[in-house]
Amino acid sequence: MQAFTQLTGLVAPLDRANVDTDAIIPKQFLKSIKRAGFGPYLFDEWRYLDHGEPDMDCTNRPINPDFVLNKAQYQQAEILLTRENFGCGSSREHAPWALADFGFRVIIAPSFADIFYNNCFKNGLLPIVLSTETVDQLFGELVDGYQLTVDLSSQKIITAAAASIHFELDENRKYRLLNGLDDIGLTLQQADEIRTYERQRAKIAPWLFVD
Amino acid sequence: MSGKTLYDKLWEEHVVFTEDDGSSLIYIDRQLLHEVTSPQAFEGLRLAGRQVWNASRNLAVADHNVPTTERDKGIADSVSRLQVETLDKNCTEFGITEFTMTDHRQGIVHVIGPEQGATLPGMTVVCGDSHTSTHGASGALAFGIGTSEVEHVLATQCLVQKKAKNLLIQIDGQVGIGITAKDIVLAIIGTIGTAGGNGYTIEFAGAAIRALSMEGRMTVCNMAIEAGARAGLIAVDDVTIDYYRDRPYSPKGSDWFMAERMWQHLHSDDDAVFDKVVKIDASLIKPQVTWGTSPELVIAIDEKIPNPAQEADAVKQQSMVRALDYMGLKAGQAITDIAVDKVFIGSCTNSRIEDLRAAAAIAKGRKIASTIQLALVVPGSGLVKMQAEAEGLDKIFIHAGFEWREPGCSMCLAMNADRLAAGERCASTSNRNFEGRQGYGGRTHLVSPAMAAAAAIAGHFVDVRQF
Repeated sequence: MQAFTQLTGLVAPLDRANVDTDAIIPKQFLKSIKRAGFGPYLFDEWRYLDHGEPDMDCTNRPINPDFVLNKAQYQQAEILLTRENFGCGSSREHAPWALADFGFRVIIAPSFADIFYNNCFKNGLLPIVLSTETVDQLFGELVDGYQLTVDLSSQKIITAAAASIHFELDENRKYRLLNGLDDIGLTLQQADEIRTYERQRAKIAPWLFVD
Repeated sequence: MSGKTLYDKLWEEHVVFTEDDGSSLIYIDRQLLHEVTSPQAFEGLRLAGRQVWNASRNLAVADHNVPTTERDKGIADSVSRLQVETLDKNCTEFGITEFTMTDHRQGIVHVIGPEQGATLPGMTVVCGDSHTSTHGASGALAFGIGTSEVEHVLATQCLVQKKAKNLLIQIDGQVGIGITAKDIVLAIIGTIGTAGGNGYTIEFAGAAIRALSMEGRMTVCNMAIEAGARAGLIAVDDVTIDYYRDRPYSPKGSDWFMAERMWQHLHSDDDAVFDKVVKIDASLIKPQVTWGTSPELVIAIDEKIPNPAQEADAVKQQSMVRALDYMGLKAGQAITDIAVDKVFIGSCTNSRIEDLRAAAAIAKGRKIASTIQLALVVPGSGLVKMQAEAEGLDKIFIHAGFEWREPGCSMCLAMNADRLAAGERCASTSNRNFEGRQGYGGRTHLVSPAMAAAAAIAGHFVDVRQF
């Protein structure tokens, strides 16, 4: 897994609540059996004026000039600032894959859907929960070229005006993301404990272990 | 010390190991796999040279991409075909049981799990699909996961999780005639919102929940995710135990009696403490219809579309304005004045035998309106289809002008050929009314199977209680 330590990046505002995973990456792109290449189709139905299909070359597609990520100043954005319940809907990990492939490393919102939040950490993407008031304040401050510095180790966001905003995060998630650890490798270090659990459980619920 | 909730009990029974920060390694009893969210997981195993921990804990089926017509001709779309073939190949390589596209047991993953007894009370169940919450209807802890976690479960039979909080949603009293599980769950989402359950596991309880069949309970738990909760639960009772008796994967012989005894404990203790409690009076629930692009934008059939100007919260107001624009609707419009173009009866929410019976009861002896371009009935599995045909439901639907299709996810998410065209309006028994969900530019209204059938007959939404 890709590690995340610190980032100073351009912020793009997506001023909508309940942005769902169908909006982040529409279903037709889920037919891919690969993990990469979803960036050009991120927010496909909002970003383009035509209907996107897998493997389409996006360079000549008609773009929606009103959609925020199409504006020249946000092309290199690495931080997405958005509203509550971001990533609601399906469990598709294609949503964080598409966001990361586009170039985002941080998403800031008052709340995230649980499965999406969890999926972000598997892909080096840091979802940050801030209070509604703080998110409002950041939307208010946002001007062209607005940047934030995010430091995972100290759990701080530093604004352009040098204000420091603390954010909360599970220790375990932070540790894994900071070090880019291989989750499966870590769990397999507990293989003996897992086998012990299975033996004990097989005694009280043998039907679960019938092959 | 206070008692435990059902969720507390299920959690504790599956903890292998707890870290200092409270995150735990949780044992997973059953993983369900489908073609869309598994290929990258298998590829990850191959790249790392890892084995599957225990192939028999997994059960696979292709459902999202499969055509609902002319199954024997295969899949026309080459990208969809490759994905389904990749599942076949991966299951063969790793020794995982799969119900292939032509198997009579094939169907939507959340329909076949309970139907086969492959997901049982007391289990932990995961799948790379958010509607895995469905299986909580049996008193299992079931939740959707991403592809990285699918790979994690394949390799380790475990997941690292942090315990969620407990939310009790109690539906007291009894619903009126014509009110179904779908109306109950839509009313819940209308009450608590699509983020209301974020960070919680929901237990659905109360007399109205107890009165539901297993199929109805699955409908309610299925949409826990639409209320923001990864998992929904319903306590085990005689309805649960009767349902699982003699299912192909259910425990047999002495194991069954042992299981039955163990499952009796799968309920919250009387003195259990929940972090949050929401109570809803069942008698007040009317047939529900969504009008917007989020399941929380829902009202009763006899109401008018709300006016965004009367919404105090600026972010919500903006969402409502956007939704009205996308849906081509106006504030103050009566729901019963909205005409529909297509009707979809199916999905992991509402494609079980009881759903088809409810829709057929409305369709019987009637014809769909001439303005309806397509009315689809897509059974949840091959076995549901066979049962429905044995009861003559297929003939009722076909006679009324519906198309009777092969099982799959179909127009719930339109990954196969079944979809809405831009601007088309659909009365759908599925679970999500997001923009573009049923097809680019398509407009979805979520309703119960009876309400969908009634809309097909009338050509617009009608109150099924007066139909």
